[in-house]
Amino acid sequence: MTGGSAVGATDVWTLAVIAALGLVTVIARGFFLLSDREWQLPAWADRGLQYAPVAALAAVVLPEVVMVQGQWVGTLADGRLFAALAGAAAYAWRRNVLVTIAAGMTVYLPLHLGLGW
Amino acid sequence: MFFMPRLIRHPAFRLGARDMWPQAPGIAAWGLMTGVAMVKSGMSVTESVLMTLLVFAGSAQLAAIPLIVAGAPVWVILATAFCVNLRFVVFSLHLRPHLMHLPRHERLAHAYFTADLTYALYTRRFAHPGANAAERCEREAYLAGNCCVNWSSWVGSSLLGTALAHVIPTHWGLGFAGTLCLIGVLCSLATSRLRIVAAAVAGAAAVAAWALPLRLNIMVAIAAAVLLCMTLEQLRPARRGGTA
Repeated sequence: MTGGSAVGATDVWTLAVIAALGLVTVIARGFFLLSDREWQLPAWADRGLQYAPVAALAAVVLPEVVMVQGQWVGTLADGRLFAALAGAAAYAWRRNVLVTIAAGMTVYLPLHLGLGW
Repeated sequence: MFFMPRLIRHPAFRLGARDMWPQAPGIAAWGLMTGVAMVKSGMSVTESVLMTLLVFAGSAQLAAIPLIVAGAPVWVILATAFCVNLRFVVFSLHLRPHLMHLPRHERLAHAYFTADLTYALYTRRFAHPGANAAERCEREAYLAGNCCVNWSSWVGSSLLGTALAHVIPTHWGLGFAGTLCLIGVLCSLATSRLRIVAAAVAGAAAVAAWALPLRLNIMVAIAAAVLLCMTLEQLRPARRGGTA
């Protein structure tokens, strides 16, 4: 879409870029699985990786809750803050992600659509 | 991969699918809004469908779309997507000992389908690689069951979002259900004090380092949290060797 005028139209260049992006997904997700060579992960790295899942999710989640377009929200009048707290509380109560989503959206939608938070 | 009969027949496949089910609505809400976003950003329906089916990486897609629409150089688009996907490189390092007994094409197929939530749920259930053939097969089937539900709900909802792009307004904020889903899984992973510290440090670092380009703030956050928690572990040698 080099012209920019053909919004919504399909072109071959874009399709090729999308195919290449699929390859990027394979390379990133399979990065350390590409080589057949034998090597052992050092013990310290193995220990450190125990913290990677929780760290990665927290790093993805927190900016989604407290930031807008890269800016700190700076106000409490934001439905996402209360929805996130309600979701976390619901998880602590029921240990169920479905309940977390339901409780969070029950708080979020009225605040967001009703009050514009 | 979830389309291999030998994995589908394994009882652990159902277990993996069952563990992923509660997350499905959150993944679906998020996929739906990604589908809507692709079309609203000016991509054609064909392009959106192809992107959903091939790229299968929500955050990389959302980062690449404005660049594609603006006609940015190919290498910039691909480098951006790779950087946004850098956390998956860490995941692949973690999964390596679990999958290395497989031939390369099967390893890569598993890896391709392993997104954030499948990685989180898999490593929550299996902290260590299988010691024998039966255990390795069980792990593979569990991962496949996980991926099956995750992939279906993401791709199905994303295609639906592409079809309904002009009916669903983005200002409803339905995509926030995806964030709530991640919050639920995050809570389920925070099973020790050090892991709670890791989550807090990573979250704070990701916000503080937001200004970095290409979403490198996520890598900085993971590195900071992992290094700090390893240091804290060293300071408390009596607790080492536990499940952390």
